Amino acid sequence: MSADTVAVRRRARRRPDWAGLGLGLALTLVILVPMLVVITWSFSNVWRYPSILPQQMGLKFWQATLARADVWSALVTSLSLASVVTLLSTVICLPAAYAFARLKFWGRDVLFFSFLAGQAFPKFGLLVAIAAIFLQLNLISTFWGVVLIQLVGTLLFMIWIPVAAFQAVDRRMEEAARDAGAGPLRVFWSITLPQAAPTIFSAVLLSFVGTFYETEGAWLIGAPQIRTMPVLMITFINNQPVIQYGAVLSVLLWVPSLVALVFTRRVIGSSTFARGFGG
Amino acid sequence: MARLTLNALGKTFGTTTAVAAFSLDVKDGELVCLLGPSGSGKSTLLRMVGGFETPTSGEVLIDGEVVTRTPPERRPTAMVFQSHALWTHMNVFGNIAFGLRIRRLPKAEIASRVGRVLALVGLEGYGKRQTNQLSGGQQQRVAIARALVLEPKILLLDEPFASLDQHLRERLREEVRDIQHRLGITTLFVTHGQDEALSLADRIVVLKEGRAEQVGAPAEVYRSPATPFVAGFIGSMNRLPGSVEAGRFRHGALELPLEGVPDGPAELAVRPEHLVVRAAPGGGAASLRRLTDYGTHRIIDLETSEGARLKAQVADGADLPQGPGLQLEPTAWAVFRNDQVIARSPA
Ligand SMILES: Nc1ncnc2c1ncn2[C@@H]1O[C@H](COP(=O)(O)OP(=O)(O)O)[C@@H](O)[C@H]1O
Ligand SMILES: [Mg+2]
Repeated sequence: MSADTVAVRRRARRRPDWAGLGLGLALTLVILVPMLVVITWSFSNVWRYPSILPQQMGLKFWQATLARADVWSALVTSLSLASVVTLLSTVICLPAAYAFARLKFWGRDVLFFSFLAGQAFPKFGLLVAIAAIFLQLNLISTFWGVVLIQLVGTLLFMIWIPVAAFQAVDRRMEEAARDAGAGPLRVFWSITLPQAAPTIFSAVLLSFVGTFYETEGAWLIGAPQIRTMPVLMITFINNQPVIQYGAVLSVLLWVPSLVALVFTRRVIGSSTFARGFGG
Repeated sequence: MARLTLNALGKTFGTTTAVAAFSLDVKDGELVCLLGPSGSGKSTLLRMVGGFETPTSGEVLIDGEVVTRTPPERRPTAMVFQSHALWTHMNVFGNIAFGLRIRRLPKAEIASRVGRVLALVGLEGYGKRQTNQLSGGQQQRVAIARALVLEPKILLLDEPFASLDQHLRERLREEVRDIQHRLGITTLFVTHGQDEALSLADRIVVLKEGRAEQVGAPAEVYRSPATPFVAGFIGSMNRLPGSVEAGRFRHGALELPLEGVPDGPAELAVRPEHLVVRAAPGGGAASLRRLTDYGTHRIIDLETSEGARLKAQVADGADLPQGPGLQLEPTAWAVFRNDQVIARSPA
């Protein structure tokens, strides 16, 4: 980002920005308030109706939750699932996205839109059909079964977003690299990928967080052996009338989002990222 | 040092013919300008030489070696793009060093070669700059440096200065000419600006709809345009419709003796600086409309008795009478019929 644009933004900020203020307020109400309530619940040892504040605050339920082996194993399961799915999705989708963006091949458009079509139908019906197939393949209730189902879920944006990113790369830049002596692979690695990187990075992040929170597929294919954090949380809420367990788990579930957000901010803040936008 | 030969080179996109059977020989160290209006096939021609388009017919030879199907990375050509196409995720040094790194040159040599070429384009010490911290002219200089550092046999430039302002364009043009002279590098330069072609080229190729209308030295193309298109495209040109009768071209009261030209309709082409205007006491062929002083020269707008508009360059012009009392005398001219020259003023 150039110094000019930053200066322009600063100047714009001096006038009261009512639309921005309103939006911020709305976001606060919709996101921040529930988050605060949940956090308060997680630190409440006793909180009975009709008191506005908890009668007793403390770490009782945090200790109880973190002492449970199933919580830790679910966390490990969720993190490994999200990592493996994201990695596989990246390896599969980036070359495919490049092919869609740059190469002309038979059936390209049909294939491209089939990714969209897959998302246009009710997901649960599709999942049940897949589950039936997985049952025959002995993939039900296995780690790789869940990986497979969640991988399908990431395909849409892991292809569509990078395709847009690759198409936005100036072809003249690629040609200039060919001209300088780089073969097609080297051009992809040294020019196209770095140019598209910021956008692709956001797709990868989305894939990781999305997989971490994915529930339907994980539950339908993974149960009862594979238990992810969201699935565990649902079980807790269904089985325990104590709100605090769910609250503690919710807060735990936010961890990857917060890590992702911090990470994005660091990358976006760095100059290399801004340069990728040509800013 | 290299020779470039294009042999009946052709390119069609679907039903459009971008370039049609184009042949050209560029001598070692020569700078040839491809000049033509937008869409005349200049870029396509250049891109076929660089290896970015595959010709549909004909061949490209560099030093007698056929490279028609060689991919760009294995051609001894280097291209400068109109949009400069610098890699925004690398700094200036990185942009220029990229090709040398691919060639796996030692670090020290890369640094010294990049330094030398930066000095050549007047950007010493700019290596660490990001490309977006440079002005348009500096970016285009980096693009030129990036092409030159590879020591190509053939340098290709596709309207490199089209997006710059007039002043900067003229300066960079001179610099390119200097560098090209000093390095003696065979160069193809695409432009749609006639002044650029006239000031840069050893030879100009005037393109129209994928075909060469005329190939020649700037003076030749300027003085003796082969077709009305060339006459109209290069420099300022007056065109007067008329007819040839009994060995004389006629446009109203304006007459010119021609030799050996059959009767019929014809068009006279005269440049403003080749049209002498005098007061004719007995009434003449044209009347004065307006006088514009450009500082270095003055231009008068005239209207003939037939209603045609012309421009003429005059030394003074203040002495000319208003009204229909001007006599016209072309000193250098050409007469066209059916897009062909049928008569020319004696050299
Ligand atoms: N990739 C392409 N696909 C289809 N038509 C093209 C393509 N490139 C150029 N053309 C056509 O070829 C003709 C010549 O284009 P171009 O070489 O770019 O002209 P110039 O550089 O002289 O403006 C134009 O009619 C243009 O529309
Ligand atoms: Mg062009």
